[in-house]
Amino acid sequence: MKLMKIAASAVAITAFAGIATAAEQYVPVTAYWTGPYAPGGSGIAGGWVDYMKLINKRGGVNGVMLKWEKCDTQYKPDLMIECYEKMKGKGAPMIHPFGTGLTYAVFERAWKDKIPVVTLGYGRTDATDGRVFPYLFPALTNYWSQSTTKIKFIGQQVGGMDKLKGMKIANVHHDSAYGKETTPVLEAQAKKYGFEYRNFPVAHPGLDQKAIWLQIARQYKPDWVILRGWGVMNPTALKEAARVGFPRNKVVGVWWSGAEEDVVPAGRAAKGYYAAGFHGSGTDYPAVQDILKEIYGAGEGELPKERVGSIYYNRGLVWGAFTVEAIRKAMERTNNQPVKGEDVQWALEHLEVTPAMIKKLGLTGLMPPMKLSCADHEGGGRAKFMQWDGSKWNVVSDWIDSDQEIVRPMVEASAAKYAKEKGLKVRDCK
Amino acid sequence: MLEFAFQEPMFALEVIIGGLLSGIMYSLVALGFVLIFKASGIFNFAQGALVLFAALTFVKMLEFGVNFWLAIVITLAIMMVLALSIERVVLRPLVNQPLIILFMATIGLNFLIEGLAQGIWGAEVHSLDLGIPEEPLEGLMDAVGISITYFELASAGIAAAMVFGLSIFFNKTRVGRALRAVADDHQAAMSVGIPLQHIWALTWAAAGIVALVAGMLWGAKIGVQFSLALLALKALPVLILGGFDSVAGAIVGGLIIGALEKFSEVFIGPYVGGAIENWFPYVFATVFLLFRPQGLFGQKIIERV
Repeated sequence: MKLMKIAASAVAITAFAGIATAAEQYVPVTAYWTGPYAPGGSGIAGGWVDYMKLINKRGGVNGVMLKWEKCDTQYKPDLMIECYEKMKGKGAPMIHPFGTGLTYAVFERAWKDKIPVVTLGYGRTDATDGRVFPYLFPALTNYWSQSTTKIKFIGQQVGGMDKLKGMKIANVHHDSAYGKETTPVLEAQAKKYGFEYRNFPVAHPGLDQKAIWLQIARQYKPDWVILRGWGVMNPTALKEAARVGFPRNKVVGVWWSGAEEDVVPAGRAAKGYYAAGFHGSGTDYPAVQDILKEIYGAGEGELPKERVGSIYYNRGLVWGAFTVEAIRKAMERTNNQPVKGEDVQWALEHLEVTPAMIKKLGLTGLMPPMKLSCADHEGGGRAKFMQWDGSKWNVVSDWIDSDQEIVRPMVEASAAKYAKEKGLKVRDCK
Repeated sequence: MLEFAFQEPMFALEVIIGGLLSGIMYSLVALGFVLIFKASGIFNFAQGALVLFAALTFVKMLEFGVNFWLAIVITLAIMMVLALSIERVVLRPLVNQPLIILFMATIGLNFLIEGLAQGIWGAEVHSLDLGIPEEPLEGLMDAVGISITYFELASAGIAAAMVFGLSIFFNKTRVGRALRAVADDHQAAMSVGIPLQHIWALTWAAAGIVALVAGMLWGAKIGVQFSLALLALKALPVLILGGFDSVAGAIVGGLIIGALEKFSEVFIGPYVGGAIENWFPYVFATVFLLFRPQGLFGQKIIERV
């Protein structure tokens, strides 16, 4: 009898443990904490995880606690696939591959497994067309949208878009799929506004760029330079620009060229340089203050305290907030229970993050509003521009809307081509 | 396509000078490889990781508030400890093994040191200011329109001093001769009383010093970050061209490779889509290898059966 009681208790404990586990939401955190891109990876992942810690301190998402698992991809596609395969069966509601190349490595697998792949500020641009790519979400803003905001920003700096006519723009880009991705949209913009542009590919990793910058400064002599770099390529480019005497306040970087890690190593050479961004910098936001107080105050922060408020860290907060709000929305389908990939796919196509919601999250000014749909997996497409003053980034523009007249037809054409190649049926989103 | 070089001679000259100055920086990294190869016959795959480890250690010392010169001394001491550990744990058990085994061991070491560097000192990017101005020499710029910075001149001077010092060390000192004997034949060197373990520890410590100098200069140029470990890729064609066991070859090879990659990028690159400066020197070095396998200044080994 005693044995029966023990057995019954064991069953009860096991069942209770099962319920406890069921009340946790698994979140895979794939990032790169080691390898050449670890400065960016550790920063974004740090902000993301700190945000989830803050949510848990406040009782989780609708009472469901977040439980995350980290997997280091080192920014390598093979490791990304390994991480994905390891984590997909554990209840992954979505995957952030954390890199364009890594996205290409897993998005078709995830699609088959019905797990949404979220690529905030990177990834495959034509996946903006949700009719063709139901499980891929280049949300907030994609590369083509960003490219149009850069040209608009340059237009603002020179006194109007009509002043772009006859100008020369050098496109210094990483010689990779990521680096080349904006070339078609730049071509379309050049036709529309009448400027001339020339591509200057930089071989990875871009440790020495004398040849490129000598061509730019002595031969091509552009009015502006677009810097589409990654990692060590960015500070090296700014130093070489200084060396050949090209003014840094005529260089505009993509957001993967616009973190502290991209300018601090360049020292004085970076002063005056502009970069795009899709979120705010610094710590002057209620949620960041809460993180400093509740997470770092308790000694539970992911990173050294001085990295809080950096560009990469704040980008991680946006990723964290986006993840949490997608899960919250998906819980509408599960009666506030943990969610799966298909729930999140539905949620993402119905997700609207309003200014009021952002204020409630304590992220006003840091996170932009957005509204995604079945046909539009981007849901935003805006960018702000910042300028490095030698010690910090200062926001120097309002939100600049992308030029969807150029971007959307190109997105649809590219997505349709993909659908044709793969023999896919295009969804009707009406 | 090369007619542009003749149409714009001053521009072509600036490109070549820029290349020579880049080449000197590659030579600094190549010297570390040469040192270990010359003294032990091992191609040290981990030299790039040593550059990263040394630079990160040095910059962290500075960030801890340690005086500049004391930071150099502490970093050198840490590099010595690392060298002794490598000799004791990795190399000593492999004495008399084929060189390919030792090479494989350095591949493992490379990843170990890279991981150690990031594990101990973190993954952040650090700026490093050595106090050498990076502005171009104004007089030269005004007179001929060619941009050369004080930093580049200083780097060239430091590289020259290192070559001079290492040449004296290898050719004029007893220890240097012992190093060369070990490289020729481990067993023969041991049989005449040369203490192999001490020699290897000394060699790796010296490579650590070279790595620190390269790491400081490259760290000041591009920031102290993981990418410093990738510098090894820039040194390889230099070594193939100059010869793996020649100090002078590392310098001459560096100058040629530097000038060649810049010239090819500017005057050939635009015709083939650009971004050729990484692979073009390898093509050149490979072709060169077919005609002179030992490199420009490398020792030609003749083995009699």
